[in-house]
Amino acid sequence: MPTHSYVPHAPGYVDNEGPKIVTSRFGYEDSFTLERSQATGGYQALRTALDKTPAEIHSEVREATLLGRGGAGFPAGIKWGFLPPGKFPYYLVVNGDESEPGTYKDRLLMERDPHQLIEGCLITCYALGLQQCFLYVRGEMALAQERIAQALNEAYAEGYIGKNILGTEFSVDVVLTWGAGAYIVGEETALIESLEGNRGMPRLKPPYFPAAVGLYGQPTIVNNVETLSNVPWVTENGARQYKTYGSEKSPGTRMFAVSGHVKRPGVYEVEQGITTFRDLLYGDNFCQGIRDGHELKMFVPGGGSAPWFFEEQLDLPLEAGPVGAAGSMLGSGGIIVMDDTTDAVKAALRLVRFYARESCGKCTPCREGTTWEERVLQRILDGEGRPSDIEMLLDIADNISPGPYPVAADPAQDLDAIPFPPKQTTICPLGPSSVAPITSTIRRFRHEYEAKITKRDPIPVAAEKAVS
Amino acid sequence: MSFFDTANLATAHEIISRYPKPKSATIPLLHLAQQQHGWVSDDAMREIAQLTGTTPAEVKGTGSFYEMFKFHPVGKYMVNVCTNLSCQILGGEELLAHAEETLGVKAGGTTADGMFTLEDVECIAACTEAPCLQVNYRYKLRVGNDDFDQMIDDIRNGRADDLPEHGTLALVRQAIPAGTGAGITAPENAREAPVWMARNDVAEGSDDKDGGA
Repeated sequence: MPTHSYVPHAPGYVDNEGPKIVTSRFGYEDSFTLERSQATGGYQALRTALDKTPAEIHSEVREATLLGRGGAGFPAGIKWGFLPPGKFPYYLVVNGDESEPGTYKDRLLMERDPHQLIEGCLITCYALGLQQCFLYVRGEMALAQERIAQALNEAYAEGYIGKNILGTEFSVDVVLTWGAGAYIVGEETALIESLEGNRGMPRLKPPYFPAAVGLYGQPTIVNNVETLSNVPWVTENGARQYKTYGSEKSPGTRMFAVSGHVKRPGVYEVEQGITTFRDLLYGDNFCQGIRDGHELKMFVPGGGSAPWFFEEQLDLPLEAGPVGAAGSMLGSGGIIVMDDTTDAVKAALRLVRFYARESCGKCTPCREGTTWEERVLQRILDGEGRPSDIEMLLDIADNISPGPYPVAADPAQDLDAIPFPPKQTTICPLGPSSVAPITSTIRRFRHEYEAKITKRDPIPVAAEKAVS
Repeated sequence: MSFFDTANLATAHEIISRYPKPKSATIPLLHLAQQQHGWVSDDAMREIAQLTGTTPAEVKGTGSFYEMFKFHPVGKYMVNVCTNLSCQILGGEELLAHAEETLGVKAGGTTADGMFTLEDVECIAACTEAPCLQVNYRYKLRVGNDDFDQMIDDIRNGRADDLPEHGTLALVRQAIPAGTGAGITAPENAREAPVWMARNDVAEGSDDKDGGA
């Protein structure tokens, strides 16, 4: 039953006929143009904002409980409140360095609706007294850079950006900056370092928030692309209306990219909190289930850094609280679904290899630890594993992200003991993120590791079920 | 002897003017150098250092952190095959192996004719369209072996005009027309509260009056 088509000009995006807060223009082929934006209410929210006081806009966003969509899920309105009064200038930095494995919503938002993002940036600058905005877009996203550059040029010409915006005393510049290929730059202090012309290495904490000390040592708000893309809607329709979508604690919608072994992979705009993983993975309006002849083995619920989930977590709602309590996170909204054909060790190795490659090298536990994790997993996969290797992996994990990591063979016993959120011996969460695929697979598929180490073929999950 | 040609030098100055501090232009200028030359040469880094008030060592220190900057000649076309998890489980590694066979080079290598450099890359944010790749940072989605061979054949035979050569990233650049900008200045010259924030005080004042009435 192909109820909804793929939108051919936005490959990957699938319209699920749900509420559309940030994807309202995705159905138009020319959604990225100023003309289309204006014809569909674009920049109306900016006018609405300019008729109110900055404090009113800030309080509307705080009231809406607009949660950050970059990974940590921190409420934007609260983050905005951390600016120390009077320490001008303040800056806005837009984090468009989307590189988390399995994640790509920001790219579509930048390519398909750059004016919505720009409008969100302008309203945010107005609300908080931010004097300059830097839009940092991942280097590899050439089309997003072109679309944003075009949109900025149009918006400057139209008087939406620059000096005395729409005839008011509000003035701000928005500058597009291209990244150059480094996952770690998605970490906000690393992003600031990169913007200052340095290697993208995270800064030592505290201060924990760049709102205190950020770009050029000045108070800086760093927000994700999707977060800011919600701001025009919230401004125009109000917090009360926003909260009619989603759940009480997680209002509104979120973009989820579901990839892997599902029938209809895609990027979906989903109501938070009231939709479950099962709805998303199996629903007719969504991914329509696992590909024929196979069954679910495991899935990554929120980008490469999130501990993995299994069938028993399918009924959890897409909401930070319950997913966190179950030991993982919604993170960046990237869901990778793996069926029974997937080799657990090989899959874990691939993500670990990513962290080993992307470690910036600043903290020893991460730089050395991720490299050793990769080597040990590789030798297990190559049939060169040693009997002590499982314990060694957990020991390395313990060095990057202190445990306890019980080594009991009983997976049920392991289940509760692995700490989440991970503790860290590092400045940023990159190193600890590399631990998630390892502990997730060891505690669930220890027999696959053991079979590789002792060079016996593991029993496929599906067959094992049939036997029992 | 300067590195940037006249047009690019003007672009370089325009880019620098968009940042409160010139060093912030380091990465954009490295991109510009790569656009002009295909890769980042020592001459380019010397000139970027001059333009941004840093040293060539600082420029290389920054540039060498980032995957996209190449400090040696590479092919006209960078073929970047994703092998991260979403692609891996749907044939990304097999596609890379096929690409190695077709191009006759291992990942990281450049073909003898200088046309292609093949790379094994991390997630390029097109996970639902696995396996995927980029050629000079333009996407090719759900790529089968035949699609790959066809693509290479098209490029070799000049049937890919829309594809800029390596180094040219975005075909559209931001340009802030003179007189329209809000005015970008160093942080030490912008210590005053932005004028529009005074609206809050006025509003608070009127609230007080209402409250008192």
